[in-house]
Amino acid sequence: MNDMMQCDLAIIGTGIAGMAAAVFAANRGLSVVQAGSTGALAYTSGVFDVLGALPSETAGGRPTVVRKPFAAMADLFRIEPGHPYAGVPAEEIRAAFAEVSAFLADIGLPYQTGGDDNYRLPTPAGTVKHSWCVPETALAGCLALESGKPALIVALHGLKGFSSRQIAANLAEVWPGLQPVSVPMPGHTGGELYPEQAARMLETASARKALAEVVAPHVRGVEAVGFPAVLGMHRPGDVTRDLAERLGVPVFEIPTMPPGVPGIRLKEAFESALPERGVALFCQQKMSGIVPEPADPFVLRITGQPVEREVRAAKVLLCSGRFLGGGLAARQDLGIVETVFDLAVRQPESRSGWHRQDYFDPRGHPVHRTGLAVDQQFRPLAKDGRPVHPGLHAAGSILAHQDWIRMKCGAGVAIATAYKAVEALRRGR
Amino acid sequence: MQQMQTDVLIIGAGAVGTGIARDLALRGVSSVVVERGDINSGASGGNHGLLHSGGRYVAGDVHSARECREENELLKRLAPQCIEECGGLYVAVAGDDERYIADFPGWCEAAGIQTQSVAPADARSMEPALSENLIAAYTLPDASLDPFRLSLENLAHAKALAGSTLLTRTAVDGFELDRGRIARVHLKDMARGETRTVEASQVINAAGAWAGRVAGLVNSRVGTSIPLLCSQGTLLVTHDRLSERVIHRLRPPGDGDILVPGGTVSILGTTSVTIPDPDLARPSVREVDVNLTNGAEMAPILASTRYVRAYCGVRPLLADDGSSEADRDGRSASRGFLLFDHENVGLGNFCSVVGGKLTTYRLMAEQTVDLVCGRLGNSTACRTREVPLPVMDACSWTEPGRSAKVWVMGHASDDEILCECELVSASAVDGLLQDCRDIFPDPDLQLLGKRSRIGKGACQGAFCGLRVASHLYDTGALSSRRGLGAMRVFFQERFKGQRPILWGAQMVQSELAEALHCGLLGLEFPAPESPEVELSHE
Ligand SMILES: Cc1cc2nc3c(=O)[nH]c(=O)nc-3n(C[C@H](O)[C@H](O)[C@H](O)COP(=O)(O)OP(=O)(O)OC[C@H]3O[C@@H](n4cnc5c(N)ncnc54)[C@H](O)[C@@H]3O)c2cc1C
Repeated sequence: MNDMMQCDLAIIGTGIAGMAAAVFAANRGLSVVQAGSTGALAYTSGVFDVLGALPSETAGGRPTVVRKPFAAMADLFRIEPGHPYAGVPAEEIRAAFAEVSAFLADIGLPYQTGGDDNYRLPTPAGTVKHSWCVPETALAGCLALESGKPALIVALHGLKGFSSRQIAANLAEVWPGLQPVSVPMPGHTGGELYPEQAARMLETASARKALAEVVAPHVRGVEAVGFPAVLGMHRPGDVTRDLAERLGVPVFEIPTMPPGVPGIRLKEAFESALPERGVALFCQQKMSGIVPEPADPFVLRITGQPVEREVRAAKVLLCSGRFLGGGLAARQDLGIVETVFDLAVRQPESRSGWHRQDYFDPRGHPVHRTGLAVDQQFRPLAKDGRPVHPGLHAAGSILAHQDWIRMKCGAGVAIATAYKAVEALRRGR
Repeated sequence: MQQMQTDVLIIGAGAVGTGIARDLALRGVSSVVVERGDINSGASGGNHGLLHSGGRYVAGDVHSARECREENELLKRLAPQCIEECGGLYVAVAGDDERYIADFPGWCEAAGIQTQSVAPADARSMEPALSENLIAAYTLPDASLDPFRLSLENLAHAKALAGSTLLTRTAVDGFELDRGRIARVHLKDMARGETRTVEASQVINAAGAWAGRVAGLVNSRVGTSIPLLCSQGTLLVTHDRLSERVIHRLRPPGDGDILVPGGTVSILGTTSVTIPDPDLARPSVREVDVNLTNGAEMAPILASTRYVRAYCGVRPLLADDGSSEADRDGRSASRGFLLFDHENVGLGNFCSVVGGKLTTYRLMAEQTVDLVCGRLGNSTACRTREVPLPVMDACSWTEPGRSAKVWVMGHASDDEILCECELVSASAVDGLLQDCRDIFPDPDLQLLGKRSRIGKGACQGAFCGLRVASHLYDTGALSSRRGLGAMRVFFQERFKGQRPILWGAQMVQSELAEALHCGLLGLEFPAPESPEVELSHE
């Protein structure tokens, strides 16, 4: 292998944690090699949660909706003392988000954070999601819901899993005056319409003009118009603004089922912008290796098509995610294992303890809180409680004691812990 | 309170209850079937789908073995649309009881069951999934049977012949007696809580594992008791079909010793765990592991294959009278059935039929209806031995692997596929709803799942559940917040079968599902957005 690469930091994983970590590291002048499969990123809804709910502590209880995420942290730590946020003060979570938001705004995907409050965002099932940081293209929907302004929800024929009638029927109580309509997508010849396909069509002004023409007759007595999140692939803000001008009212996006366009936008944006900032990014590749002796650097291998490289890195940040990302694997015989370095995973004693009987149990399922235990510098701990290696750090959903699905803290944990881990490993250089 | 009248009231819409409705209809008698859940909610929806040749019982229960053999031959002839005549291979591996193996062909012969010995090497080339440690193999005429299609078609035929009807989500919850007769039966609508009564000349209890409970409702004073033993059996569904034939371990019945193909999948089972109450049945992690360990001895691939689901049913077995602790083992209980006429307690218009097998449901129905028709003064002879079961088109959506073919053959280009794993289209969903409009004024996802392959593929409803729901809203079939509840019930039910098999690829799938259902949609909130669950932290 002649292609040996040297770097300060190797980042394993290309989900939100890995991508955010690459931004932080590049901004701090570290040389970075990063590899992973970006599949899981495309499955995100594109909305960044910090803390949207607190699970119940009892079977009969109810999970609690969180309106003020930072104020709710104390309650979170009472329920889940080991939550990764316990190591990141609120100001630093905000600082981390500010840095990622600035990066995203720069590449055409501006986000808006909610100050002290969560936004309330309509979902494709007609429920409400509480989230702290939303794409600007979703903002008008949150504001209209908050103020109860009448709005029109537009579904597109052939786009499955998005029914404006369903949204309007389920939200009627909290959002009176919602009107559903379903229109054909101009230029689409019938049959199934895929979100990505619609988004690429709407990149052209003529398609937007035609869509505005079929929607315009329904814009009567409403103060905003919502569409499935297919308003453009690369510059969704421009597409949204253009439609708003043509319709004469603010326009917003509602997330669709995964994989949805907002996730794909993030994936593409990171993939094109990170290399421009000097990150050696290998997408759809695996990085593997073994934990070296404490004083030695990591020697890792990137495998897959079309490259095969060897990397020598002083530090490693493991952001390989959970089951979907591939960082954890659930084995029928061995339990839950960490897939890259075979690190110790905090988990229930047996498979019977992974899930509770009731799918919607208000306490969540223990399997989602399994993962790596880390020290204050976000270094994974061995069974004896000591860091596995002074230069090995971990961030994101692979960390134990957080159930991002039930606590709605996925992007928040990813961004905040990536920030802390990069800060720690930079200092320890 | 609503009133209703019918000649015969049948309690339970499993294989036996629906089989009884058809038998009655063929003798010109109309009936009402009441069912607490939906068609095949009990054992008939939670079994192995094996049309037994009888081979499993030859050693211990020749009577049952013979019954199975006869019914197997009849059903293959009369209801071929519900059966895949795949044949069966009974195999022994090193370490299995040599005496049992040697005696097996003789026992089969005594029960009239055709067997043929196959050299282990030939058996392995017929079924490459089989173990290298094979020491003996026999072919037997086993087959696989689709119990959903069977019950749906029996009921459809009863309806066509005699206008028989089905009341689903309706439980029997009380009886009124009058001079040695059941004068009225009290029914409760499980969804709305409303009650009504039915007057019937005859009442048949075909409530399977719940038959004891139903009989107990008649009158504790009269004491219609049925000694039932509830034996839970857990089965696993594989992602792909692993064998052409039924593969059956050649040894006394045990756990994880039968692999039955069904269309595009295979089903491994089954365990036998005595439980106190059939409502508590749930497949468990432990039972899954037991099936896997045992199954892998005859087909090693079972240890590493991908499973998409586990499910369980409760065998309504007859405990020997005065059952001692030693009898409380489901394996040794008889697979025969019993018809209780309840005349010993002076009831002239009530009977219960319990025990038996899916394979023998027709025979159970025949004997029950003989008794009931005698009481009604109807002397028409049973005709289910000659009259073929008519093919019902709508049922093609229940058959694994078949929906794909149906769809490819005749879909319109703008017909969306709502269930991508099993290729069930929007027009199929509309058709299914149309078919059961009179039974289900307000449709839900469970109902569609019962009548089609929706939710049965690798994603286990994670995606199609939402797509079908939004389609129902679009077509006006759903129009209120009730749809969210229907989605919750559907996902909850799919999860029951997911929980014990969540590892490997299926764990990845389920993490994505929960991320969607809870992470994005917040369906874990009982009433999303109701003010009292909000905490403002001010
Ligand atoms: C794990 C397992 C594997 C099996 N494998 C096979 C096999 O491979 N081959 C084979 O031939 N047999 C098999 N069997 C046996 C077979 O499944 C049963 O014998 C058969 O399905 C019984 O049918 P049933 O109609 O009597 O009972 P069920 O199908 O249980 O029907 C009873 C119905 O009554 C309803 N009910 C209960 N209480 C009330 C009430 N108060 N009011 C209204 N309705 C009520 C229930 O909801 C239920 O739907 C298996 C059984 C199990 C459990």
